[in-house]
Amino acid sequence: MVQLQEVTVDDLKHLVSGRAIEGETMLLNMGPQHPATHGVLRLLLELDGEIVVNCIPDIGFLHTGIEKNMEAKTYQKAEVMTDRLDYLNTVGNNLAYCMAVEKLVDLDVPPRAQAIRVILTELQRLASHLVWIGTHALDLAAMSMFMYAFREREIILDILELVSGQRMMTTYIRPGGVWRDVPVEFEAAVRDFIKIFPKRIDEYEALLTKNPLLLDRLLGVGVLTKEKALSYGVTGPILRATGVDWDLRKKRPYMGYEQYDFIVPTRTEGDNYARYLVRVQEMRESLKIVEQALNKLPMGPVRSDNRKFVPPPRSEIGTSMEALIHHFKLWTEGFEAPKASVYSAVESPRGELGVFLEGDGGPKPYRIHMRTPSFENVGAIPEMAKGHLVADLIAIIGSIDFVLGDIDR
Amino acid sequence: MDNKLEKIVQALQKDFDVTFEEFRGEAHVFVQPEQIVEVITSLRDVHEFELLSALTAVDYWPQQEPRFHVIYQLTSLAKNLSIQVRVPVAATRPVVPTVTGVFASANWREREAWDMFGIHFDGHPDPRRILMPADWEGHPLRKDYPLGYEEPQFTFNFDEIDLRKPYAKE
Repeated sequence: MVQLQEVTVDDLKHLVSGRAIEGETMLLNMGPQHPATHGVLRLLLELDGEIVVNCIPDIGFLHTGIEKNMEAKTYQKAEVMTDRLDYLNTVGNNLAYCMAVEKLVDLDVPPRAQAIRVILTELQRLASHLVWIGTHALDLAAMSMFMYAFREREIILDILELVSGQRMMTTYIRPGGVWRDVPVEFEAAVRDFIKIFPKRIDEYEALLTKNPLLLDRLLGVGVLTKEKALSYGVTGPILRATGVDWDLRKKRPYMGYEQYDFIVPTRTEGDNYARYLVRVQEMRESLKIVEQALNKLPMGPVRSDNRKFVPPPRSEIGTSMEALIHHFKLWTEGFEAPKASVYSAVESPRGELGVFLEGDGGPKPYRIHMRTPSFENVGAIPEMAKGHLVADLIAIIGSIDFVLGDIDR
Repeated sequence: MDNKLEKIVQALQKDFDVTFEEFRGEAHVFVQPEQIVEVITSLRDVHEFELLSALTAVDYWPQQEPRFHVIYQLTSLAKNLSIQVRVPVAATRPVVPTVTGVFASANWREREAWDMFGIHFDGHPDPRRILMPADWEGHPLRKDYPLGYEEPQFTFNFDEIDLRKPYAKE
Protein backbone atom coordinates (compact mmCIF):
# COMPACT_ATOMS: atom_id res chain seq x y z
CA MET A 1 0.00 0.00 0.00
CA VAL A 2 1.41 3.39 -0.99
CA GLN A 3 1.54 5.89 1.82
CA LEU A 4 0.10 9.21 0.73
CA GLN A 5 1.89 12.21 2.10
CA GLU A 6 -0.44 15.05 2.96
CA VAL A 7 0.70 18.62 2.53
CA THR A 8 -0.25 20.49 5.67
CA VAL A 9 -0.51 24.18 6.45
CA ASP A 10 2.76 23.74 8.34
CA ASP A 11 4.56 23.06 5.06
CA LEU A 12 3.23 26.28 3.63
CA LYS A 13 3.77 28.42 6.73
CA HIS A 14 6.50 30.46 5.06
CA LEU A 15 4.18 31.44 2.22
CA VAL A 16 1.14 32.73 4.08
CA SER A 17 0.86 35.61 6.53
CA GLY A 18 0.83 35.07 10.29
CA ARG A 19 -2.88 35.85 10.34
CA ALA A 20 -3.64 32.67 8.43
CA ILE A 21 -2.02 30.55 11.13
CA GLU A 22 -4.09 32.27 13.81
CA GLY A 23 -7.22 31.70 11.75
CA GLU A 24 -8.00 35.37 11.10
CA THR A 25 -7.81 34.93 7.34
CA MET A 26 -9.15 31.99 5.40
CA LEU A 27 -7.19 29.56 3.22
CA LEU A 28 -9.26 28.59 0.21
CA ASN A 29 -8.44 26.17 -2.54
CA MET A 30 -9.23 27.25 -6.10
CA GLY A 31 -8.84 24.51 -8.67
CA PRO A 32 -7.45 22.32 -10.08
CA GLN A 33 -10.88 21.55 -11.53
CA HIS A 34 -12.13 25.12 -11.51
CA PRO A 35 -13.48 26.14 -14.93
CA ALA A 36 -11.90 29.57 -14.77
CA THR A 37 -8.36 28.39 -14.20
CA HIS A 38 -8.00 27.33 -17.85
CA GLY A 39 -6.64 23.88 -17.28
CA VAL A 40 -5.41 22.17 -14.18
CA LEU A 41 -3.92 25.01 -12.20
CA ARG A 42 -4.48 25.02 -8.48
CA LEU A 43 -4.34 28.25 -6.55
CA LEU A 44 -4.21 28.30 -2.79
CA LEU A 45 -5.70 31.61 -1.75
CA GLU A 46 -5.37 33.36 1.56
CA LEU A 47 -8.46 35.52 1.82
CA ASP A 48 -9.43 38.37 4.08
CA GLY A 49 -13.14 38.44 3.29
CA GLU A 50 -13.18 38.82 -0.47
CA ILE A 51 -9.66 40.29 -0.69
CA VAL A 52 -6.75 38.12 -1.82
CA VAL A 53 -3.93 38.47 0.74
CA ASN A 54 -1.71 35.77 -0.69
CA CYS A 55 -1.92 33.52 -3.70
CA ILE A 56 0.14 30.35 -3.99
CA PRO A 57 -0.02 28.69 -7.40
CA ASP A 58 0.46 24.94 -7.46
CA ILE A 59 1.47 23.48 -10.81
CA GLY A 60 2.60 20.11 -12.11
CA PHE A 61 -0.73 18.33 -12.63
CA LEU A 62 0.00 18.01 -16.33
CA HIS A 63 3.65 17.08 -15.98
CA THR A 64 4.34 14.34 -18.52
CA GLY A 65 8.13 14.32 -18.55
CA ILE A 66 8.43 15.61 -22.09
CA GLU A 67 12.04 16.75 -21.60
CA LYS A 68 13.02 13.30 -20.32
CA ASN A 69 11.19 11.55 -23.14
CA MET A 70 12.87 13.67 -25.77
CA GLU A 71 16.28 12.58 -24.51
CA ALA A 72 15.40 9.02 -25.49
CA LYS A 73 14.41 9.84 -29.08
CA THR A 74 16.38 10.96 -32.13
CA TYR A 75 16.27 14.60 -33.16
CA GLN A 76 13.59 13.96 -35.80
CA LYS A 77 11.41 11.79 -33.60
CA ALA A 78 11.63 14.08 -30.58
CA GLU A 79 9.87 16.78 -32.55
CA VAL A 80 6.39 15.29 -32.15
CA MET A 81 6.65 15.91 -28.41
CA THR A 82 7.05 19.66 -28.92
CA ASP A 83 3.49 19.86 -30.28
CA ARG A 84 2.21 18.58 -26.98
CA LEU A 85 3.76 21.36 -24.91
CA ASP A 86 1.71 24.39 -25.71
CA TYR A 87 -1.20 22.87 -27.56
CA LEU A 88 -2.48 26.25 -28.72
CA ASN A 89 0.80 27.13 -30.40
CA THR A 90 1.88 23.84 -31.94
CA VAL A 91 3.43 25.29 -35.09
CA GLY A 92 5.37 27.81 -33.01
CA ASN A 93 6.75 25.03 -30.81
CA ASN A 94 7.89 23.09 -33.86
CA LEU A 95 9.54 26.23 -35.15
CA ALA A 96 11.39 26.88 -31.88
CA TYR A 97 12.62 23.30 -31.71
CA CYS A 98 13.65 23.13 -35.38
CA MET A 99 15.49 26.44 -35.13
CA ALA A 100 17.47 25.10 -32.17
CA VAL A 101 18.36 21.92 -34.07
CA GLU A 102 19.29 23.95 -37.14
CA LYS A 103 21.52 26.18 -35.03
CA LEU A 104 23.17 23.19 -33.36
CA VAL A 105 24.02 21.38 -36.60
CA ASP A 106 24.35 24.54 -38.72
CA LEU A 107 21.63 23.76 -41.23
CA ASP A 108 20.21 26.16 -43.80
CA VAL A 109 16.50 26.76 -44.50
CA PRO A 110 15.39 27.73 -48.04
CA PRO A 111 13.56 31.08 -48.42
CA ARG A 112 10.26 29.48 -49.45
CA ALA A 113 10.25 27.31 -46.34
CA GLN A 114 11.01 30.37 -44.21
CA ALA A 115 8.05 32.26 -45.66
CA ILE A 116 5.72 29.26 -45.18
CA ARG A 117 6.91 28.97 -41.60
CA VAL A 118 6.14 32.65 -41.00
CA ILE A 119 2.64 32.38 -42.51
CA LEU A 120 1.76 29.33 -40.45
CA THR A 121 3.18 30.58 -37.15
CA GLU A 122 1.35 33.88 -37.56
CA LEU A 123 -1.90 32.05 -38.35
CA GLN A 124 -1.29 29.96 -35.27
CA ARG A 125 -0.70 33.10 -33.24
CA LEU A 126 -4.10 34.34 -34.43
CA ALA A 127 -5.70 31.02 -33.48
CA SER A 128 -4.10 31.20 -30.04
CA HIS A 129 -5.21 34.79 -29.49
CA LEU A 130 -8.71 33.76 -30.60
CA VAL A 131 -8.83 31.11 -27.89
CA TRP A 132 -7.62 33.73 -25.45
CA ILE A 133 -10.19 36.37 -26.42
CA GLY A 134 -12.97 33.76 -26.41
CA THR A 135 -12.20 32.22 -23.04
CA HIS A 136 -11.26 35.52 -21.44
CA ALA A 137 -14.58 37.03 -22.47
CA LEU A 138 -16.39 33.85 -21.42
CA ASP A 139 -14.90 34.17 -17.93
CA LEU A 140 -16.23 37.71 -17.84
CA ALA A 141 -19.71 36.50 -18.86
CA ALA A 142 -19.64 37.44 -22.56
CA MET A 143 -20.62 34.01 -23.73
CA SER A 144 -21.30 34.72 -27.41
CA MET A 145 -17.73 35.98 -27.85
CA PHE A 146 -16.52 32.45 -27.21
CA MET A 147 -18.64 31.11 -30.06
CA TYR A 148 -17.45 33.81 -32.48
CA ALA A 149 -13.78 33.29 -31.63
CA PHE A 150 -13.95 29.53 -32.04
CA ARG A 151 -15.81 29.94 -35.33
CA GLU A 152 -12.83 31.88 -36.74
CA ARG A 153 -10.28 29.61 -35.11
CA GLU A 154 -11.81 26.68 -36.96
CA ILE A 155 -10.96 28.37 -40.29
CA ILE A 156 -7.32 28.56 -39.24
CA LEU A 157 -7.29 24.96 -38.07
CA ASP A 158 -8.75 23.98 -41.45
CA ILE A 159 -5.81 25.70 -43.13
CA LEU A 160 -3.41 23.81 -40.88
CA GLU A 161 -5.19 20.59 -41.76
CA LEU A 162 -4.90 21.48 -45.43
CA VAL A 163 -1.11 21.76 -45.29
CA SER A 164 -0.25 19.11 -42.73
CA GLY A 165 -3.20 16.73 -42.45
CA GLN A 166 -3.68 17.60 -38.79
CA ARG A 167 -5.71 20.33 -37.14
CA MET A 168 -3.56 20.78 -34.08
CA MET A 169 -0.54 18.48 -33.70
CA THR A 170 0.88 19.34 -37.08
CA THR A 171 4.64 18.62 -36.85
CA TYR A 172 4.69 20.31 -40.24
CA ILE A 173 7.88 22.30 -39.71
CA ARG A 174 10.88 19.98 -39.85
CA PRO A 175 14.61 20.58 -39.30
CA GLY A 176 15.85 22.12 -42.54
CA GLY A 177 12.49 23.27 -43.88
CA VAL A 178 8.94 21.99 -43.83
CA TRP A 179 7.46 18.54 -44.39
CA ARG A 180 6.29 19.19 -47.98
CA ASP A 181 5.21 22.09 -50.12
CA VAL A 182 1.84 23.69 -49.45
CA PRO A 183 -1.02 22.44 -51.65
CA VAL A 184 -2.38 24.63 -54.47
CA GLU A 185 -5.52 25.45 -52.47
CA PHE A 186 -3.43 26.99 -49.70
CA GLU A 187 -3.09 30.49 -51.11
CA ALA A 188 -6.81 30.90 -51.83
CA ALA A 189 -7.71 29.58 -48.37
CA VAL A 190 -5.40 32.04 -46.62
CA ARG A 191 -6.55 34.93 -48.85
CA ASP A 192 -10.18 34.17 -47.98
CA PHE A 193 -9.30 34.29 -44.33
CA ILE A 194 -7.35 37.55 -44.66
CA LYS A 195 -10.36 39.06 -46.40
CA ILE A 196 -12.95 38.25 -43.76
CA PHE A 197 -10.88 38.45 -40.59
CA PRO A 198 -10.29 42.24 -40.23
CA LYS A 199 -14.05 42.76 -40.16
CA ARG A 200 -14.39 40.06 -37.54
CA ILE A 201 -11.79 41.78 -35.33
CA ASP A 202 -13.83 44.98 -35.70
CA GLU A 203 -16.85 43.02 -34.54
CA TYR A 204 -15.03 41.69 -31.49
CA GLU A 205 -13.87 45.17 -30.64
CA ALA A 206 -17.37 46.57 -31.08
CA LEU A 207 -18.57 43.94 -28.66
CA LEU A 208 -15.82 44.22 -26.06
CA THR A 209 -13.44 47.16 -26.21
CA LYS A 210 -15.79 49.87 -24.91
CA ASN A 211 -18.13 47.52 -23.08
CA PRO A 212 -18.68 48.99 -19.59
CA LEU A 213 -19.17 45.54 -18.03
CA LEU A 214 -15.78 44.49 -19.35
CA LEU A 215 -14.04 47.76 -18.48
CA ASP A 216 -15.17 47.30 -14.87
CA ARG A 217 -13.31 44.03 -14.69
CA LEU A 218 -10.22 45.02 -16.65
CA LEU A 219 -9.33 48.67 -16.08
CA GLY A 220 -6.75 49.09 -13.34
CA VAL A 221 -6.94 45.43 -12.28
CA GLY A 222 -3.87 43.22 -12.03
CA VAL A 223 -1.30 45.95 -12.54
CA LEU A 224 2.24 44.74 -13.08
CA THR A 225 5.01 47.32 -13.19
CA LYS A 226 7.82 47.18 -15.69
CA GLU A 227 10.44 46.42 -13.03
CA LYS A 228 8.39 43.62 -11.48
CA ALA A 229 7.63 42.14 -14.89
CA LEU A 230 11.31 41.94 -15.78
CA SER A 231 12.26 40.53 -12.41
CA TYR A 232 9.62 37.81 -12.75
CA GLY A 233 10.88 37.02 -16.24
CA VAL A 234 7.51 37.84 -17.77
CA THR A 235 7.63 38.16 -21.57
CA GLY A 236 5.25 38.55 -24.48
CA PRO A 237 2.10 40.67 -24.50
CA ILE A 238 2.18 41.00 -20.70
CA LEU A 239 5.64 42.59 -20.82
CA ARG A 240 4.67 44.78 -23.76
CA ALA A 241 1.60 45.97 -21.83
CA THR A 242 3.97 47.36 -19.18
CA GLY A 243 5.69 49.61 -21.71
CA VAL A 244 8.68 47.47 -22.70
CA ASP A 245 9.10 47.31 -26.45
CA TRP A 246 10.48 43.77 -26.65
CA ASP A 247 9.46 41.41 -29.40
CA LEU A 248 11.97 38.84 -30.63
CA ARG A 249 10.47 39.00 -34.12
CA LYS A 250 11.54 42.63 -34.29
CA LYS A 251 14.65 42.65 -32.09
CA ARG A 252 16.27 39.43 -33.25
CA PRO A 253 14.59 38.70 -36.56
CA TYR A 254 14.48 35.04 -37.54
CA MET A 255 12.93 33.34 -40.57
CA GLY A 256 13.07 36.62 -42.50
CA TYR A 257 10.83 38.66 -40.19
CA GLU A 258 13.02 41.68 -41.02
CA GLN A 259 11.42 41.83 -44.51
CA TYR A 260 7.94 42.36 -43.16
CA ASP A 261 6.50 45.67 -42.15
CA PHE A 262 4.67 45.47 -38.83
CA ILE A 263 4.61 47.33 -35.55
CA VAL A 264 4.96 45.96 -32.05
CA PRO A 265 2.01 47.27 -30.04
CA THR A 266 2.87 48.42 -26.54
CA ARG A 267 0.93 50.03 -23.70
CA THR A 268 2.22 51.54 -20.49
CA GLU A 269 -0.54 50.80 -17.96
CA GLY A 270 0.37 47.17 -17.30
CA ASP A 271 -3.18 46.23 -16.27
CA ASN A 272 -5.64 43.70 -17.68
CA TYR A 273 -7.03 46.23 -20.13
CA ALA A 274 -3.59 47.08 -21.51
CA ARG A 275 -2.94 43.39 -22.08
CA TYR A 276 -6.28 43.09 -23.84
CA LEU A 277 -5.52 46.02 -26.15
CA VAL A 278 -2.01 44.76 -26.93
CA ARG A 279 -3.28 41.33 -27.95
CA VAL A 280 -6.11 42.67 -30.10
CA GLN A 281 -3.66 44.97 -31.86
CA GLU A 282 -1.25 42.05 -32.28
CA MET A 283 -3.94 40.14 -34.16
CA ARG A 284 -4.15 42.94 -36.69
CA GLU A 285 -0.36 43.04 -37.05
CA SER A 286 -0.13 39.27 -37.49
CA LEU A 287 -2.64 39.53 -40.29
CA LYS A 288 -0.44 42.15 -41.97
CA ILE A 289 2.55 39.80 -41.75
CA VAL A 290 0.58 36.89 -43.21
CA GLU A 291 -0.56 39.02 -46.13
CA GLN A 292 2.96 40.32 -46.90
CA ALA A 293 4.50 36.88 -46.62
CA LEU A 294 1.87 35.46 -48.94
CA ASN A 295 2.43 38.22 -51.49
CA LYS A 296 6.17 37.68 -51.43
CA LEU A 297 6.09 33.89 -51.17
CA PRO A 298 9.16 32.89 -53.21
CA MET A 299 9.29 29.81 -55.39
CA GLY A 300 11.87 27.11 -54.86
CA PRO A 301 12.56 24.13 -52.63
CA VAL A 302 10.95 23.83 -49.19
CA ARG A 303 13.69 21.70 -47.66
CA SER A 304 17.41 22.09 -47.38
CA ASP A 305 19.35 19.85 -49.78
CA ASN A 306 21.91 19.00 -47.12
CA ARG A 307 21.32 15.25 -47.28
CA LYS A 308 23.26 14.58 -44.09
CA PHE A 309 20.37 16.07 -42.08
CA VAL A 310 17.34 16.23 -44.34
CA PRO A 311 15.83 13.11 -45.97
CA PRO A 312 15.82 13.17 -49.79
CA PRO A 313 12.49 13.56 -51.65
CA ARG A 314 10.64 10.37 -52.56
CA SER A 315 11.25 10.91 -56.27
CA GLU A 316 15.02 10.57 -55.80
CA ILE A 317 14.87 7.38 -53.78
CA GLY A 318 13.68 5.34 -56.73
CA THR A 319 16.58 6.31 -58.95
CA SER A 320 19.52 7.19 -56.73
CA MET A 321 21.36 4.66 -54.57
CA GLU A 322 22.92 7.47 -52.54
CA ALA A 323 19.50 8.96 -51.79
CA LEU A 324 18.25 5.57 -50.64
CA ILE A 325 21.22 5.20 -48.27
CA HIS A 326 20.63 8.69 -46.85
CA HIS A 327 16.94 7.98 -46.41
CA PHE A 328 17.66 4.69 -44.65
CA LYS A 329 20.33 6.12 -42.37
CA LEU A 330 18.33 9.20 -41.43
CA TRP A 331 15.24 7.22 -40.45
CA THR A 332 17.04 4.43 -38.62
CA GLU A 333 20.01 6.08 -36.94
CA GLY A 334 19.14 9.75 -37.28
CA PHE A 335 21.77 12.43 -37.73
CA GLU A 336 24.57 13.30 -35.37
CA ALA A 337 24.84 16.68 -33.71
CA PRO A 338 28.04 18.13 -32.24
CA LYS A 339 28.89 17.95 -28.54
CA ALA A 340 27.86 21.49 -27.74
CA SER A 341 24.88 23.49 -26.59
CA VAL A 342 22.76 26.24 -28.09
CA TYR A 343 19.93 28.42 -26.87
CA SER A 344 17.51 29.72 -29.42
CA ALA A 345 14.30 31.61 -28.79
CA VAL A 346 11.23 32.63 -30.76
CA GLU A 347 8.31 34.87 -29.94
CA SER A 348 5.36 32.65 -29.14
CA PRO A 349 1.86 34.12 -28.55
CA ARG A 350 2.70 34.01 -24.85
CA GLY A 351 6.25 35.34 -24.89
CA GLU A 352 9.79 34.11 -25.28
CA LEU A 353 9.75 30.42 -26.12
CA GLY A 354 13.36 29.35 -25.74
CA VAL A 355 14.91 25.97 -26.45
CA PHE A 356 18.11 25.00 -24.72
CA LEU A 357 19.54 22.09 -26.66
CA GLU A 358 22.69 20.18 -25.88
CA GLY A 359 24.11 17.47 -28.11
CA ASP A 360 26.64 14.80 -27.18
CA GLY A 361 27.90 13.85 -30.64
CA GLY A 362 25.20 11.19 -31.04
CA PRO A 363 21.79 11.16 -32.75
CA LYS A 364 19.78 11.96 -29.63
CA PRO A 365 19.56 15.24 -27.73
CA TYR A 366 21.61 14.92 -24.54
CA ARG A 367 19.53 17.53 -22.78
CA ILE A 368 16.68 19.64 -24.00
CA HIS A 369 15.02 22.29 -21.92
CA MET A 370 12.04 24.23 -23.10
CA ARG A 371 11.94 27.70 -21.60
CA THR A 372 8.21 28.07 -21.81
CA PRO A 373 6.76 31.56 -21.36
CA SER A 374 3.66 30.47 -19.41
CA PHE A 375 5.83 29.17 -16.57
CA GLU A 376 7.26 32.60 -15.83
CA ASN A 377 3.98 34.38 -16.54
CA VAL A 378 2.06 32.26 -14.04
CA GLY A 379 4.85 32.81 -11.51
CA ALA A 380 3.84 36.47 -11.54
CA ILE A 381 0.16 35.81 -10.65
CA PRO A 382 0.72 36.32 -6.88
CA GLU A 383 2.27 39.70 -7.64
CA MET A 384 -0.71 40.77 -9.74
CA ALA A 385 -3.43 39.29 -7.54
CA LYS A 386 -2.48 40.71 -4.15
CA GLY A 387 -5.07 43.14 -2.82
CA HIS A 388 -7.68 42.34 -5.44
CA LEU A 389 -11.05 40.61 -5.11
CA VAL A 390 -11.43 36.91 -5.87
CA ALA A 391 -13.59 37.86 -8.85
CA ASP A 392 -10.75 40.03 -10.18
CA LEU A 393 -8.41 37.07 -9.91
CA ILE A 394 -10.51 35.35 -12.59
CA ALA A 395 -10.02 38.33 -14.87
CA ILE A 396 -6.27 38.34 -14.16
CA ILE A 397 -5.93 34.63 -14.93
CA GLY A 398 -7.81 35.15 -18.18
CA SER A 399 -5.64 38.07 -19.21
CA ILE A 400 -2.40 36.14 -18.63
CA ASP A 401 -3.38 33.58 -21.26
CA PHE A 402 -1.34 30.64 -20.07
CA VAL A 403 -1.47 27.04 -21.21
CA LEU A 404 -0.89 24.40 -18.57
CA GLY A 405 0.74 22.03 -21.03
CA ASP A 406 3.27 24.77 -21.60
CA ILE A 407 3.96 25.14 -17.88
CA ASP A 408 4.14 21.55 -16.73
CA ARG A 409 5.72 19.96 -19.81
CA MET B 1 30.89 37.02 -31.61
CA ASP B 2 29.47 40.47 -31.05
CA ASN B 3 31.98 43.16 -30.00
CA LYS B 4 29.80 44.39 -27.17
CA LEU B 5 29.44 40.86 -25.82
CA GLU B 6 33.19 40.35 -26.01
CA LYS B 7 33.76 43.48 -23.92
CA ILE B 8 31.31 42.23 -21.29
CA VAL B 9 33.06 38.87 -21.12
CA GLN B 10 36.44 40.63 -20.76
CA ALA B 11 35.05 42.81 -17.98
CA LEU B 12 33.78 39.70 -16.21
CA GLN B 13 37.15 38.00 -16.58
CA LYS B 14 38.79 41.01 -14.98
CA ASP B 15 36.42 41.14 -11.99
CA PHE B 16 35.84 37.43 -11.39
CA ASP B 17 37.54 34.11 -11.80
CA VAL B 18 35.70 32.99 -14.91
CA THR B 19 36.55 31.00 -18.02
CA PHE B 20 34.82 31.38 -21.33
CA GLU B 21 33.76 29.33 -24.36
CA GLU B 22 32.12 30.29 -27.61
CA PHE B 23 29.80 28.30 -29.86
CA ARG B 24 27.83 29.65 -32.86
CA GLY B 25 28.16 33.21 -31.59
CA GLU B 26 26.91 32.38 -28.10
CA ALA B 27 29.06 33.25 -25.08
CA HIS B 28 29.21 30.59 -22.36
CA VAL B 29 30.85 31.82 -19.18
CA PHE B 30 31.93 29.32 -16.52
CA VAL B 31 31.69 30.49 -12.92
CA GLN B 32 32.41 28.74 -9.63
CA PRO B 33 29.34 28.27 -7.37
CA GLU B 34 30.70 30.63 -4.67
CA GLN B 35 30.74 33.55 -7.09
CA ILE B 36 27.46 33.02 -8.90
CA VAL B 37 25.38 35.54 -6.95
CA GLU B 38 27.99 38.27 -7.45
CA VAL B 39 28.36 37.50 -11.15
CA ILE B 40 24.60 37.51 -11.76
CA THR B 41 24.19 40.71 -9.74
CA SER B 42 27.00 42.36 -11.68
CA LEU B 43 25.51 41.23 -14.98
CA ARG B 44 22.15 42.73 -14.00
CA ASP B 45 23.33 45.98 -12.46
CA VAL B 46 26.51 46.83 -14.39
CA HIS B 47 25.96 45.18 -17.76
CA GLU B 48 22.17 45.67 -17.98
CA PHE B 49 21.05 42.06 -18.35
CA GLU B 50 17.55 42.70 -16.97
CA LEU B 51 15.93 39.39 -17.82
CA LEU B 52 16.76 35.91 -16.56
CA SER B 53 15.44 34.04 -19.58
CA ALA B 54 16.14 30.51 -18.45
CA LEU B 55 17.57 28.66 -15.51
CA THR B 56 18.13 24.96 -15.90
CA ALA B 57 20.69 22.21 -15.41
CA VAL B 58 22.44 19.42 -17.28
CA ASP B 59 23.49 16.11 -15.76
CA TYR B 60 26.81 14.67 -17.01
CA TRP B 61 26.54 11.40 -15.07
CA PRO B 62 28.62 9.16 -14.74
CA GLN B 63 31.11 12.03 -14.66
CA GLN B 64 31.39 13.10 -11.01
CA GLU B 65 33.54 16.24 -11.00
CA PRO B 66 31.57 18.15 -12.04
CA ARG B 67 28.43 16.09 -12.41
CA PHE B 68 26.01 18.95 -13.12
CA HIS B 69 26.10 22.28 -14.85
CA VAL B 70 23.56 24.82 -13.68
CA ILE B 71 22.76 27.12 -16.58
CA TYR B 72 21.63 30.73 -16.38
CA GLN B 73 20.56 32.32 -19.64
CA LEU B 74 20.44 36.10 -19.35
CA THR B 75 19.05 38.61 -21.81
CA SER B 76 19.80 42.29 -22.07
CA LEU B 77 16.87 44.23 -23.47
CA ALA B 78 18.81 47.50 -23.55
CA LYS B 79 21.76 46.09 -25.53
CA ASN B 80 19.90 43.22 -27.26
CA LEU B 81 22.46 40.63 -26.13
CA SER B 82 22.36 37.20 -24.55
CA ILE B 83 24.89 35.53 -22.32
CA GLN B 84 24.96 32.11 -20.76
CA VAL B 85 26.49 31.50 -17.33
CA ARG B 86 27.34 27.94 -16.39
CA VAL B 87 28.10 26.75 -12.89
CA PRO B 88 29.79 23.34 -12.52
CA VAL B 89 28.46 21.41 -9.52
CA ALA B 90 30.10 18.34 -7.96
CA ALA B 91 28.12 15.14 -7.38
CA THR B 92 29.27 14.91 -3.76
CA ARG B 93 27.97 18.32 -2.81
CA PRO B 94 25.29 19.56 -5.24
CA VAL B 95 24.75 22.97 -3.67
CA VAL B 96 24.55 26.34 -5.40
CA PRO B 97 23.65 29.66 -3.73
CA THR B 98 20.24 30.90 -4.79
CA VAL B 99 19.83 33.92 -7.07
CA THR B 100 16.22 34.48 -5.99
CA GLY B 101 17.30 37.77 -4.44
CA VAL B 102 18.48 39.02 -7.82
CA PHE B 103 15.71 37.72 -10.08
CA ALA B 104 12.27 36.78 -8.77
CA SER B 105 11.81 34.34 -11.66
CA ALA B 106 14.67 32.23 -10.27
CA ASN B 107 12.33 31.13 -7.47
CA TRP B 108 10.29 28.70 -9.58
CA ARG B 109 13.09 27.78 -11.95
CA GLU B 110 15.36 26.81 -9.03
CA ARG B 111 12.54 24.76 -7.55
CA GLU B 112 12.28 23.03 -10.91
CA ALA B 113 16.03 22.34 -10.98
CA TRP B 114 15.82 20.93 -7.45
CA ASP B 115 12.82 18.81 -8.39
CA MET B 116 14.31 17.45 -11.59
CA PHE B 117 18.01 17.22 -10.72
CA GLY B 118 18.27 17.29 -6.95
CA ILE B 119 20.48 20.35 -6.87
CA HIS B 120 20.09 22.32 -3.63
CA PHE B 121 19.81 26.05 -3.88
CA ASP B 122 21.22 27.40 -0.67
CA GLY B 123 19.04 30.10 0.89
CA HIS B 124 16.03 29.44 -1.33
CA PRO B 125 12.88 30.85 0.33
CA ASP B 126 10.56 28.03 -0.76
CA PRO B 127 12.50 24.80 -1.40
CA ARG B 128 9.58 22.52 -2.29
CA ARG B 129 9.14 20.31 -5.33
CA ILE B 130 7.27 22.07 -8.09
CA LEU B 131 6.30 19.63 -10.86
CA MET B 132 6.46 16.20 -9.19
CA PRO B 133 4.23 15.26 -6.22
CA ALA B 134 5.58 16.24 -2.80
CA ASP B 135 6.23 12.61 -1.83
CA TRP B 136 8.06 11.66 -5.02
CA GLU B 137 11.33 9.79 -4.63
CA GLY B 138 14.25 10.60 -6.89
CA HIS B 139 14.89 13.33 -9.43
CA PRO B 140 13.57 12.40 -12.88
CA LEU B 141 15.90 14.30 -15.19
CA ARG B 142 19.04 12.78 -13.68
CA LYS B 143 20.74 10.49 -16.15
CA ASP B 144 20.79 7.58 -13.68
CA TYR B 145 17.00 7.81 -13.29
CA PRO B 146 15.41 5.29 -15.65
CA LEU B 147 12.80 6.26 -18.19
CA GLY B 148 9.85 4.17 -17.06
CA TYR B 149 7.81 1.96 -19.36
CA GLU B 150 5.10 -0.62 -19.04
CA GLU B 151 6.15 -4.26 -19.28
CA PRO B 152 4.37 -6.03 -22.14
CA GLN B 153 2.35 -9.00 -20.94
CA PHE B 154 2.25 -12.21 -22.96
CA THR B 155 0.18 -15.33 -22.34
CA PHE B 156 3.03 -17.18 -20.64
CA ASN B 157 3.95 -14.41 -18.18
CA PHE B 158 0.69 -12.48 -17.85
CA ASP B 159 0.04 -13.27 -14.19
CA GLU B 160 3.64 -12.87 -13.12
CA ILE B 161 3.84 -9.34 -14.55
CA ASP B 162 0.32 -8.53 -13.39
CA LEU B 163 1.38 -9.06 -9.79
CA ARG B 164 4.00 -6.32 -10.11
CA LYS B 165 1.72 -3.82 -11.82
CA PRO B 166 0.77 -0.86 -9.67
CA TYR B 167 -2.96 -0.47 -10.22
CA ALA B 168 -5.94 -0.96 -7.93
CA LYS B 169 -6.74 -4.65 -7.58
CA GLU B 170 -9.71 -6.08 -5.77
